[in-house]
Amino acid sequence: MSGAPAAGAPDEEETTGAFRRSRGRVSARFTAAQAVILRNLVSQVTELMGAGAEPATAPAGPGEQPLSLEELAAAIGAAGPTSPPDDPVLARLLPDAYRDDPEAAGEFRRYTEQGLRSGKVAAAQTVLDTLPAGGGRVRLGPEDAQAWLRALNDVRLAIGTVLGITEDYEDEMEAASWADPRSAYLEVYHWLGYVQDSLVRALW
Amino acid sequence: MSVAPAEVEREEAGLDAVPDTPWVTIVWNDPINLMSYVTYVFQKVFGYARPKAEKLMLDVHHRGKAVVSNGTREAMEKDAAILHGYGLWATVSHDR
Repeated sequence: MSGAPAAGAPDEEETTGAFRRSRGRVSARFTAAQAVILRNLVSQVTELMGAGAEPATAPAGPGEQPLSLEELAAAIGAAGPTSPPDDPVLARLLPDAYRDDPEAAGEFRRYTEQGLRSGKVAAAQTVLDTLPAGGGRVRLGPEDAQAWLRALNDVRLAIGTVLGITEDYEDEMEAASWADPRSAYLEVYHWLGYVQDSLVRALW
Repeated sequence: MSVAPAEVEREEAGLDAVPDTPWVTIVWNDPINLMSYVTYVFQKVFGYARPKAEKLMLDVHHRGKAVVSNGTREAMEKDAAILHGYGLWATVSHDR
C-alpha cells in the first residue's frame, strides 16, 4: 500500500483537487486542465469495462495532451489491450476471487463480473456527471462521494498497473526526466492519489 | 449485483476463530491502494471501528495479506465481490 501523497504546491487559499467537508457534503475545486485529465481517464475506464463510453469531448487546454493509457502502454513497451485474461489492467480491475482454484474463480466470475463492470461504469459516470468539463467546483452528497472514491481508485489501479507502480514510486518520479514517457503519468498518478486521499479524509 | 457499500453488521468477535465457519476472505497487499482508503473501506464494508480497521490495514501492509472476515462460503464470496467493487484485491479460501 501507499501512504498519503503530499500536495505539490503550498496551500494558499484552497488547493485545487483537495476535498473538504462542509455541511454534510464534500467539495473540491478543479482547474479546467485537471477536469480534462480526470474526465478523460475516467472515460477510459468506462471503455475498458466495455460500456459505450462518453468520449472525452472537452477540448484540452493549451499544451495539454489528453492522456491515453493505450499510448502509455505502447510508449513504455507494455502489452496493448488484449483479451481479458491477458490484459494486466483488466486483471487488476476484475481480479480472481480464488487464488489456486481456477474452476471456483471461473464460477465466481461468471456470477459477479458483469455486476462489477457495471458498478465501475456507474461510478465513472457519476464523475462525468458531477465534474464540469471546464473545471470548477464539485459538490458531492454521500452516494456520489462513494462513487468518486471508487472511480478514482479504478483510474489509479489502471494507471498504476500500466506503470508497474511500486511502493517506492515517488523516488522514481523525482528521478524521471521530462523526456521519459512515464514522467507525466507518474505525476498524474501521484496527483490522483492526493485527490483520493483528500476525499477519504473529508469523509472520515 | 450491486457494488453499493453494504453496511454489514457484524459481531466484533467475528474475526476470532469460530470452529464451524471455515471460510475466510483475504485481502492482499498491493502497491497502489492508499493506506487511508483501505482503512476507510474496511470501516465502510464491515462496520469496524477505525482503530480495528487501521490494524487490519497495517496487517495487510506489513504481512502481505490479512483475513478480513470469516463465515460461510456464500458470505465470503459476497464480501469479496463488495471489496472488488472498491478495487481491493480480495480472495476467498477455505481455512482448513
